[in-house]
Amino acid sequence: MLLTLSEISKSFGAVRALDRATLAVAAGEVHALLGENGAGKSTLMHVADGLLQPDRGAILLDGVPIRLRTARDARRLGIGMVHQHSTAVPALTVAENIALAAGWPVAPAALNRRVLELTGRLSLPLDPTLPASRLTVGLKQRLEIVKALAADARILLLDEPTAVLAPAEAEELFRVVRRFAALGGSVVLITHKLDEALGVADRITVLRQGRVVTAAPRAEVSAAQLTEAMVGGAVPPDARPASWPDGPVLVHCDGLEVARESGTGLRRASFSVRGGEVVAIAGVEGNGQRELLRAVAGLKRPFRGLLEVSRPVAFIPEDRTTEGLIPAFSLTQNIVLGVGRAAPWIAGRMIRRVDWRAAGRRTAELLTQFSVRAPGPDAPASALSGGNQQKLLVARALERRPRVLVAENPTRGLDIRAAAEVHARLREAAAAGAAVLVYSNDLDEVLALGDRILVAADGVVTEAEPGADRLQLGAMMLRQETPDAA
Amino acid sequence: MRRDIHALGIAGAALLAGLAILAVGLGLAGYDPGAALTALGTGAFGSWNAFTGVTLVRATPLILIGLGFALALRGGALNIGAEGQFYLGAIAATWVGVHASGWSAWIALPAVAGAGLAAGAAWIVVPVILRIRFGVLEAISTLVLNFVADALVSLMVLGPLQEPSGTYPQSAPIALGARLPMLPGTRLHAGFLVAVLLALALSWVFARTWWGFRLLALGTGPRAAEVSGRVPARRMLATALLGSAALAGLAGAFEVSGVSYALYQNLSPGYGFTAIAVALLARLRPPAIIVTGVLFGALEAGAGAMQRDAGIPAVAVYVVEAVIILVLLLGEAASRRRAMRPMVADVVKGTP
Repeated sequence: MLLTLSEISKSFGAVRALDRATLAVAAGEVHALLGENGAGKSTLMHVADGLLQPDRGAILLDGVPIRLRTARDARRLGIGMVHQHSTAVPALTVAENIALAAGWPVAPAALNRRVLELTGRLSLPLDPTLPASRLTVGLKQRLEIVKALAADARILLLDEPTAVLAPAEAEELFRVVRRFAALGGSVVLITHKLDEALGVADRITVLRQGRVVTAAPRAEVSAAQLTEAMVGGAVPPDARPASWPDGPVLVHCDGLEVARESGTGLRRASFSVRGGEVVAIAGVEGNGQRELLRAVAGLKRPFRGLLEVSRPVAFIPEDRTTEGLIPAFSLTQNIVLGVGRAAPWIAGRMIRRVDWRAAGRRTAELLTQFSVRAPGPDAPASALSGGNQQKLLVARALERRPRVLVAENPTRGLDIRAAAEVHARLREAAAAGAAVLVYSNDLDEVLALGDRILVAADGVVTEAEPGADRLQLGAMMLRQETPDAA
Repeated sequence: MRRDIHALGIAGAALLAGLAILAVGLGLAGYDPGAALTALGTGAFGSWNAFTGVTLVRATPLILIGLGFALALRGGALNIGAEGQFYLGAIAATWVGVHASGWSAWIALPAVAGAGLAAGAAWIVVPVILRIRFGVLEAISTLVLNFVADALVSLMVLGPLQEPSGTYPQSAPIALGARLPMLPGTRLHAGFLVAVLLALALSWVFARTWWGFRLLALGTGPRAAEVSGRVPARRMLATALLGSAALAGLAGAFEVSGVSYALYQNLSPGYGFTAIAVALLARLRPPAIIVTGVLFGALEAGAGAMQRDAGIPAVAVYVVEAVIILVLLLGEAASRRRAMRPMVADVVKGTP
């Protein structure tokens, strides 16, 4: 075995994140580490990367016990980590970022040549002179991989690498992964998607609640076995309503343009959403959907075109802890902030006062009603897990009785059960007559949730045919077109 | 209330540490620490007159400016320009005051206070516009304007506002009607009472009103506040900064109208900066600012007495102020670390 994590245990306070978990990776092998969010995958990878010290257990490299005190130790021993989110310095160029990771000298001309030579050899083309901030999400990830390989990694740890990629880009990534393995390198692919594990891995290890429940060669396991291993029981079905909604039009836009926040901006969108339906948007990050959602939510002014939205509008942003909740605030405070001055706990006309006791009582009710696991309404939002924070955000959005509900990646980082609950709530809102507009970078979620599906590509939003499948949507997501054409 | 007491507990510990270090330092330097601390204490609290006529008089501008600093910082803005806003308030109050001869106090005093508030607020208009339109850091723009205000005072007392005889660089004394009354039985002007009432009012605004809550949201989580759609960030930021500067201007007006009765250069012994420590020490909580304001007022009052009675330079007291601030920052860092720990674990577990 090239790398063995043997009987690793790790606890955070009362939470046992890993319980004697073992992962053995052979040379030249693509190893999928499968599990739901919160199963301990990331913790195990952080142990392998030197970011976390295990409470118990051993790490062996080529059969020799090693100690990883910092990520630097891991780099030195040829272990490279590709994080889900870019760790590149935005202001530096691609070449400079690579030099920083690999410890190369930074004389520009020589460095750019060296980077070009490397990216050519790896068939991972990148413009060395471009600032990292100008790269798309997919290219940023490519940069992360090149950084790791430039530092002579023999073992590559990839943390949920396809979360930010379109299907075709994911295919490309898997080709790179296979090629790297064919040359004798090892890859650990962390994922919660079965298809990926089955499609690309030689061996699969499944974690559930910190324990290894399955570890087997790809050929010896079936999709059904893996699902059961991951979830440990039945999953509530993601039921879709049978009837076709015919409520009033609550969101209508025509020729809508919104200036860019990142990526291309929104160049053209013309569609309506009726009360009672869930419209889901698919798209690779940075193709205009973010701007669209924010314009509908009333947070960005359209640059041109028509946009009519019924009020009240509630918005669930994807970034829970900087845009959604204020982590240092109590749950009550976060509820009060989001529900606004129409809430029953706001009194007075000239000077509006907050009745904190009434707000606290209502917050306590919401915690029960939405099964948010929290110490109480006075606990800070930072004390909640990601899934519970998300449930709180959903509760807060629905507390406004919105006619239009806008949600951005509403189940990012949630385990299957929490995600199913969030989906159910969004559907309930639609069933109660709201128009629900959701963006997700997870195609499966788009397919599961949307009564109708829109695709954002290169700033242009188009509606998919009813019944379009993954491949058709994937093709639409990557299409380029000029705003004047069609 | 509990948090006020907590803040004051830390302040008390910091004060003790500061005094201990001052005593050790004085001992090493060959002074008699006992005599020095006695002089310090007597100067600040030794008599009713010393307490009200020196300590509380010194505390008044510190409380007012400290409240203003807290108001801005709760919204996430740093007003470092209180010194300049104080001077603008003083200039405006003097200008009204010297022209108020024959006015009744009922007209003159509101005019003086209004002039101070308005002039102080006017002095931050440019930083507010720079911040909101162009994102220029208000901490820098307000700081820079302090020097301009300083020069403006010099210009005034040598030019338009100089006393008619033209002898000294100072203004003529303000009219009797423009002078703040003393509280009965003291040499403490009524501005202190105003400062205390403002502190209580602000405390209510912070704790109970929708506006005060949104200001805190803006200062604590600016992105979340904005995305919530409930917080008009620019307008609230501008209001908080203008209010902050107005309070500093009011402090300047009260200093002229209640203490000096004329405009001088160096009217402020650095109130605008000391008040920052006053507000931070009180953790931006208005009731606690009254207490820390009095505490720093006492230190400054005691410093004079120490110099007079024990021959120790008054600047030694700045050591105490500095140590208080350091202890405070250490306490803050330690408690933040504790608070961060669960979040770090969360991040590591992969739940953002």
